[in-house]
Amino acid sequence: MTGVVNSTVNNAVSNSVFIVEQPGMLTLIQDEGRFGAHSLGLSTGGPADPLAFHWANRLCGNELGVSALEVSVGGLVLEANVTTRIAVCGAYMPLTINHREKSLWCSHHVKPGDRIELGFANEGVRAYFAVAGGFDIPTIFGSTSTVVRESMGGLNGGKLQSGDVLPCKEDLNGRCLMLPRGYRPLYGHHAMLRVIPGYQQHSFSRQQQRRFFSHEYFVSAYSDRMGCRLEGAAIRADIGGILSEGICYGAIQIPPDGQPIILMNDRQTIGGYPKLGSVLSLDVAQLAQLKPGSKVSFELITVEEAHNIHHLAASYFEQVKTEPC
Amino acid sequence: MNISVAGENSLMIYFGEETSPVVSARVQHAVHLLEEAFGSVLIDMVPSYASLLVIYDLFRTDIHTIRPQIREVLAGLDQVEVQEGALVELPVYYSLESGPDLQALADRADLGVDDVIQLHQAQEYRVYAIGFAPGFAYLGQVDERIAAPRLSTPRQKVPRGAVGIADRQTAIYPTASPGGWNLIGLCPQPMFDPNADPSMPVQVGDRVRFKGIDRQSFLELGGML
Repeated sequence: MTGVVNSTVNNAVSNSVFIVEQPGMLTLIQDEGRFGAHSLGLSTGGPADPLAFHWANRLCGNELGVSALEVSVGGLVLEANVTTRIAVCGAYMPLTINHREKSLWCSHHVKPGDRIELGFANEGVRAYFAVAGGFDIPTIFGSTSTVVRESMGGLNGGKLQSGDVLPCKEDLNGRCLMLPRGYRPLYGHHAMLRVIPGYQQHSFSRQQQRRFFSHEYFVSAYSDRMGCRLEGAAIRADIGGILSEGICYGAIQIPPDGQPIILMNDRQTIGGYPKLGSVLSLDVAQLAQLKPGSKVSFELITVEEAHNIHHLAASYFEQVKTEPC
Repeated sequence: MNISVAGENSLMIYFGEETSPVVSARVQHAVHLLEEAFGSVLIDMVPSYASLLVIYDLFRTDIHTIRPQIREVLAGLDQVEVQEGALVELPVYYSLESGPDLQALADRADLGVDDVIQLHQAQEYRVYAIGFAPGFAYLGQVDERIAAPRLSTPRQKVPRGAVGIADRQTAIYPTASPGGWNLIGLCPQPMFDPNADPSMPVQVGDRVRFKGIDRQSFLELGGML
C-alpha cells in the first residue's frame, strides 16, 4: 500500500476553521486508526478511549470514525472561526464557551469569535473534541491519526501547537444532542481488566500466573500511548526472550524486570518479550482513562466471552437514545 | 504450523521455532494466501521471523469460523514449492567516513576494513521482519566473523540511510533516529517514503544484496554526508 497524502481539505471554504490558541499538554488529531500498514512497521494510533471518541462524533451527527481531537490531561484553548456544533466527551475537563460553563457529553453551537476552553481533568485523562462533519485533515496511509513517535498523521506528524489551524465544515442547521446522564461513563481510580489468555501463556508457571491474577498493580507515571506500565508483584517467565513477533492491542508484555506493560495504540508492531495474553480492548480504553497511581487487577475470560462482550457493547451503544438539549 | 490465540480478535500463526529462509518464505506466502482468501475481514497482519499475527474483524467472523478457515487456506503450505522472494540490490557507500564503527568492527574481528566490507557484500540476506520504526527491515544473517553486539551506549542520532550490524542481523535506518547498531556505511536509497508506491523497496521474505559504491556515486544517487 502507499501512503500518498490524500487531501480532502476543501480550499474553497478553508476559512471555516478552529485556531489553536493553546494546545494543552498533549492534543492529537485522531480518527479510527491506521489499519493495514503494520507490515511497513506502522502502528495503528487512533483514540485511546474509542467509546468516548465515538460518542463525541455521534453527538455531532458524524460517522463514528471521523477526525477529532484527543485532549490528554487538558489545557486546550481554541477560537472558532466557523458556525458549527462541537461536543466534548470523555475525561471530565471543565468546558467553557466564552467563559460560560458547558456540559460534556452534549453538543453545542459555536460561531465565529467564540473562545472554547478545556480545563484540566478532574476525573479521567483523555477527552475527545469533535466537530460536526469532522476535522478536514489529509490522510496518510488511509488515516489522519497522529503517532508522534513515527511523525505520522495529524497536521505535520506531531501534537497540536499554538497557532495551528484546524479546517472543518460549516454546519448551520444541526440539532444539539446529549447523552442522558445515567449512560455517561465514570472514570475512577480502579479498573478490573479482563484478560484473554494467549501468546506465551504456557511459558509462565501456574504459580506465576496465580501471582499475576491475584495481585493489584499500580499505573506508573511512565505510561504513554505506546503502553501502560504497571508496578507491583514481579512476574517471571520461564523464558528470557522470544523471536520477535507481532504484538496486538492490549498484549500483556513481561520484560525482564517482571513489571507488566499493557500495549496500547502507538505500540511497536513487533517485539521479543514474552506475553501472558491480552487485555480486552474495551478495558484497555478504561485503562487509558486511569491516572498514575490508580489500581488495576486482572481476571481471566475466554475468547468466546470476549466476542460476546463486544457484540453486547455494540448493540448497547446503538440502543442508547440521545436526547435533544 | 501452529495457530494460537493472541487476543480478542487476533491469532498467531507459528511456522517454526527458528527462522530460516524456508520459514521466512512461508510467512510471506501465507500473507498473500490469507489476503486473497479473507480480504477486508482481516484488519491487519504482522509478518515476522517465523510467525504471522492475523487481526480479524470480530463483527464479521469469529474465532470458531476463521481458525479452521485459516488452517484450510494454509493447508499444504509446508509442501508447496516455496517461491523465492524478489531480489533487491541496495547500494552502500562503505567507508570510514560513512561507517563510524567500521574500524572497531574490523579490529574486533581481527580483519582489515576491506575484509569487513567484502564480507558484508558477499552474503545474500533475507528480510526477516519489519518493525521498530516505519520501514526498518531486519536482514539476516551476516557472516559470523563480522557479527557484533549492539553498542553499549546507543547513539543519540543515527543518520537516515545508515547501514548497521547487530549480532547476526543487518539493517538500514529508514529515518534519523537514536540507535545502537554498529554503523559500517550509508545507503542513498530511501527505505521508507510515504509518498512513493510502494513505500518500501523490500517486504518480508524478499532477498537483499548490498553493492559497494564510491563516494561520488553515493552523492550522485542523492546521498548526503
